[in-house]
Amino acid sequence: MNHPIVLAAAAATTTRELAFWILAILSVAAGLGMILARRAVHCAVLLAVVMLSLAVLYAMLGAPFLAFVQVIVYTGAVLMLFLFVLMIVGISAADSIIETIKGQRLWAGLAGIGLLVLLALVIGNAVVGPAAPNSAKFGSANVTSLAALIFTRYVFPFEVTSALLITAALGAMVLAHRERTSPKPTQKSLSRQRIASGQPTPLPGPGTYARHNAVDMPALLPDGNTSDLSVSEVITGARADPALGERALVAPDEDQAPDPDPDQVRVGGPADDGSREGGEA
Amino acid sequence: MVSPAHFVALSVILFVIGAVGVLVRRNAIVVFMCVELMLNAANLAFVAFARMHGALDGQVIAFFVMVVAAAEVVVGLAILTSIFRARRSASVDEANLMKY
Repeated sequence: MNHPIVLAAAAATTTRELAFWILAILSVAAGLGMILARRAVHCAVLLAVVMLSLAVLYAMLGAPFLAFVQVIVYTGAVLMLFLFVLMIVGISAADSIIETIKGQRLWAGLAGIGLLVLLALVIGNAVVGPAAPNSAKFGSANVTSLAALIFTRYVFPFEVTSALLITAALGAMVLAHRERTSPKPTQKSLSRQRIASGQPTPLPGPGTYARHNAVDMPALLPDGNTSDLSVSEVITGARADPALGERALVAPDEDQAPDPDPDQVRVGGPADDGSREGGEA
Repeated sequence: MVSPAHFVALSVILFVIGAVGVLVRRNAIVVFMCVELMLNAANLAFVAFARMHGALDGQVIAFFVMVVAAAEVVVGLAILTSIFRARRSASVDEANLMKY
């Protein structure tokens, strides 16, 4: 019983058991956090935790190839794609907590419990035996054995997946393509637009000649007035852009406005919206 | 000793978590992430059963599931970005144009 090989085997078993329980608790906690976290970015990070712990579990189950594919394809490619789209759609797109369907959470929870009971009964009735005796297929020869299987018995599904991948790439390009509905603005039309907007010159820089040189301080004009045009819209919050998220929703502080009479400030032109958004339209 | 049954039980729990997430969440991207969680749980069950039977077929099927999931994510996220462009929203409740 005290033979060193037996002791080493017992120690390896305990290590495996410890690793399994740590990873199981970690992945279940991250999965629960994923459905509870309100911000989509937090969900993505928690999903990365689940996927990485699943990769380690694959390695423990004798699938080193799948473990690496899990890290490279899922955590590397798929999750990065998710994050890209999150950045496009708006980083702070938090879920609202108002239920649109009455009792949706309750019924979803009940359905989840029902599904858990059903699956537990199915798994409990199925014969899930002990692991088969270890062989080289689950160790050093994993990749070659998988390749032999993929390129002989599963060669037709493998070829079909290549068609699927090409179709998916084409479909993504078609769907993500944006048709130009208006003609592309030329240099001529842009300069006409700028002249017509009443503000042909660049906007005054923030803090120029003012008492402070902070970016949220309006510039002091030669006639002694201040110009609100010099302060960026991101700081003033003049335009609520959903893509900017929370930053645009921060209202400007009323106490910090230095000029006593904001109506006399409008010096540069008829409107400050037209000149700035003219380039984007 | 950790047997394949432990892994199968873990995959069941993760699958149920993903299913509840699909039902509860209303941000379409998060719904997609929960679908990915369900696919991952199914993969874990496949790999565990492959280990139990001592055959590699389960691992091959898990590999194919990964390929299909990658294709599905690409197309789904492209649809999401085009919906977001048209409607400025990623909520699954907003896309009800074909409802009535």
